[in-house]
Amino acid sequence: MNFLLDFFGDPANWSGAGGIPARLLQHLGFSAAALALSALIGIPLGLLIGHTGRGAFLVVASANVARALPTLGLLVLLVLLLGTASVWPVLIPLVALAVPPILVNTFEGVRGVDPELRDAAYGMGLRGPQVLGKVLVPVALPLILLGLRLAAVQIVATAAVAAYVGLGGLGRYIIDGLATKEYDQVVGGSVLIVLFALATQGLFTIVQRLTVSPGVSQRVRIPR
Amino acid sequence: MITFDSVTKRYADGTVAVDQLSLEAPTGEITVFVGPSGCGKTTSLRMINRMIDATEGRVLLDGTDVTTIDPPTLRRGIGYVIQQAGLFPHRKIVDNVATVPYLLGWDRHKARTRAMELLERVGLDTKLAQRYPFQLSGGQQQRVGVARALAADPPVLLMDEPFSAVDPIVRTSLQDELLRLQGELHKTIVFVTHDIDEAIKLGDRVAVLRVGGRLAQLADPKTLLSQPADDFVREFLGRDRGIRRLQFVPAGRVRLADPSAAAGGWRLVTQDGRPRGWRRGDGPLEPYGTFVPGRDSLRTALDAALLTPAGCAVAVDAEGRVVGIATREALDEALAEAADG
Amino acid sequence: MDDEPLFRWSWVVSNWDNDTPNSIVNLLQAHIVMAGVPTVLGLLLAVPLGVACARWRWLYQPTSGLMNAVYALPSIALFMLLLSVTGFSRLTVIIPLTLYAVAVLMPAVVDGLRSVPEHVRQSAVAMGFTPTRRLVRVELPIAVPVVLAGLRVVAVSSISLVSVGALIGQGGLGNYFTDAYQRDFYTPAVVGIALIVLLALVADGIIVGAQRLLTPWVRARRSA
Repeated sequence: MNFLLDFFGDPANWSGAGGIPARLLQHLGFSAAALALSALIGIPLGLLIGHTGRGAFLVVASANVARALPTLGLLVLLVLLLGTASVWPVLIPLVALAVPPILVNTFEGVRGVDPELRDAAYGMGLRGPQVLGKVLVPVALPLILLGLRLAAVQIVATAAVAAYVGLGGLGRYIIDGLATKEYDQVVGGSVLIVLFALATQGLFTIVQRLTVSPGVSQRVRIPR
Repeated sequence: MITFDSVTKRYADGTVAVDQLSLEAPTGEITVFVGPSGCGKTTSLRMINRMIDATEGRVLLDGTDVTTIDPPTLRRGIGYVIQQAGLFPHRKIVDNVATVPYLLGWDRHKARTRAMELLERVGLDTKLAQRYPFQLSGGQQQRVGVARALAADPPVLLMDEPFSAVDPIVRTSLQDELLRLQGELHKTIVFVTHDIDEAIKLGDRVAVLRVGGRLAQLADPKTLLSQPADDFVREFLGRDRGIRRLQFVPAGRVRLADPSAAAGGWRLVTQDGRPRGWRRGDGPLEPYGTFVPGRDSLRTALDAALLTPAGCAVAVDAEGRVVGIATREALDEALAEAADG
Repeated sequence: MDDEPLFRWSWVVSNWDNDTPNSIVNLLQAHIVMAGVPTVLGLLLAVPLGVACARWRWLYQPTSGLMNAVYALPSIALFMLLLSVTGFSRLTVIIPLTLYAVAVLMPAVVDGLRSVPEHVRQSAVAMGFTPTRRLVRVELPIAVPVVLAGLRVVAVSSISLVSVGALIGQGGLGNYFTDAYQRDFYTPAVVGIALIVLLALVADGIIVGAQRLLTPWVRARRSA
């Protein structure tokens, strides 16, 4: 508790390049960029593979590999190889680890749509892209969003670890605090990261409620 | 009219699903494809709207080879009803029904008005329009499926085992509803089922298919029951084929007698000319069964007789007033006549 | 570093078993302990929790909500928050990883138990099984495939997550990542990544093998 008071009570932690607002924005910006990039790769690929049924083995393989790869190791190796002149050495492992959950869940979501539904959609004269956009995506949306949520949470955590190889953001408090043995920094930074992760999770829950049809979530009461 | 012209479907692995099928489904009639699983009935149906394309031969829709039409365009002009209804779970019932009108570019208001009209037409409360599919029972969903297929008023309706997944009571009412609708709409319907009773009840013409996709017999139900083409058809129709056939023999042929002709001391008790029951001596009032000679079949008359201890069926007019009875002897005569052809 | 090769075999030879705490053999051992204990402990905790949630349905919603939140907490933050309690010890890594394991396995146990077909449950009741016997003899065995699928995820991701502990000196093979970064030297990072992925594959293989032994009926059905 004392650590927290020290950390959050220190006015120096609230302003400037090393202040909480600046680092929060850094963390947010970097995470959002990584998530957007991952979604741009994972969602179309998952939709395509789920819709056509081709290349399903790729999805399973990528998910297994991504789970086994240690993030810190990947970050260190890429930064050693490519230097820190650009953000790519950090962005690449973040995206590489965030794409698989998006890919797998999008794929599973589309593939899991009842074949009868697909049949009915084609049978009524919807074209391929219409079947995808008007039927498969809305029905698979809960899983697509789940994939995005898992990826987002993972990115937020990995971005914190990436402070070790020089990335800005909330992870800095931890890495710098450990180096200088200022544990109020370490604890304060950790609390901020936890709150940030929970807020991310909460945001996706809200998005889910707003975008998933009540007919799919079955979250509606029968009107009288 | 839908024409199958020597249509064959052979899959890459060599399996033949449909073999040299040639038949016609006349305009304004219900043609039923019936047969055991693996007989190619669903494959045949799906070749009409090009969900599957034939390997050889042609499927013609009013003389036009369907393979010359772009599949989505073709399908928007053909209603399609499937087993689990296949309703879109993320859309309200009204929007489900309006799917094809939306696709055809109708304006929203017109499409929804049409959808509401159809919901009423298939016997659904329009209050259900704002619900989602999961909030409806299986039978209700199936009615929505029929309404959705009818939404753009297509001349042709394809129905693939549409009533197989609902319980028998609901199925009967859906079948009756379809016949009532067809009486008003006169669509060209191709209906697939594995249930011979359903085929006989609904079909103007019934095509019996055998495993391997070959046509065993194409006939109206009455001919099918009285003159099965071969042992396969005979077996498929089942052992009670004779009894079923009676539903195509009008009960008007039965010789009627005065109620006093009942044997065994049974007396028909009536009130205001309508039957109340059978009584023997001072015994209790026993149940009775009725038929309307000008309307019902011999099967109904026979049923009516078997349901009472008196063994006679009560003939009534359309208002339910007694016009006579059919004694066991009279029914026997009618049965013998029916057996002769 | 231009001429430095990605991998030097001589480093592996000299570090294999050199009587220092950071020898490959010692770190491998530490890694197995820090990943293995949470996996096993997580399973032991998740089974009773899952059984309770399957039996008393009202427990499920709040518990699964909590598990969802736990799973969203970044490991780096949890390690740091535990520092003031457990210090720079293995426990600091083992406790959060155990929490994650429970968060993944508890829902798997519930799903597994719910996958028991109602007719199977009913016939067990009709044959006179007591509730406990029914659970042990009928329901848990049927739940095994679903639970083991969860256990594969837990084992593999624990093995990869342990390496983040390197930030507090308790990363098992992950210690090679900080070592590589500090010394600007590829080989330890490459060796660390390779061994961690290998370890994950082996663990995955062991669980798949256990599943075959425990549920012979699944394979028999597939080959039939």
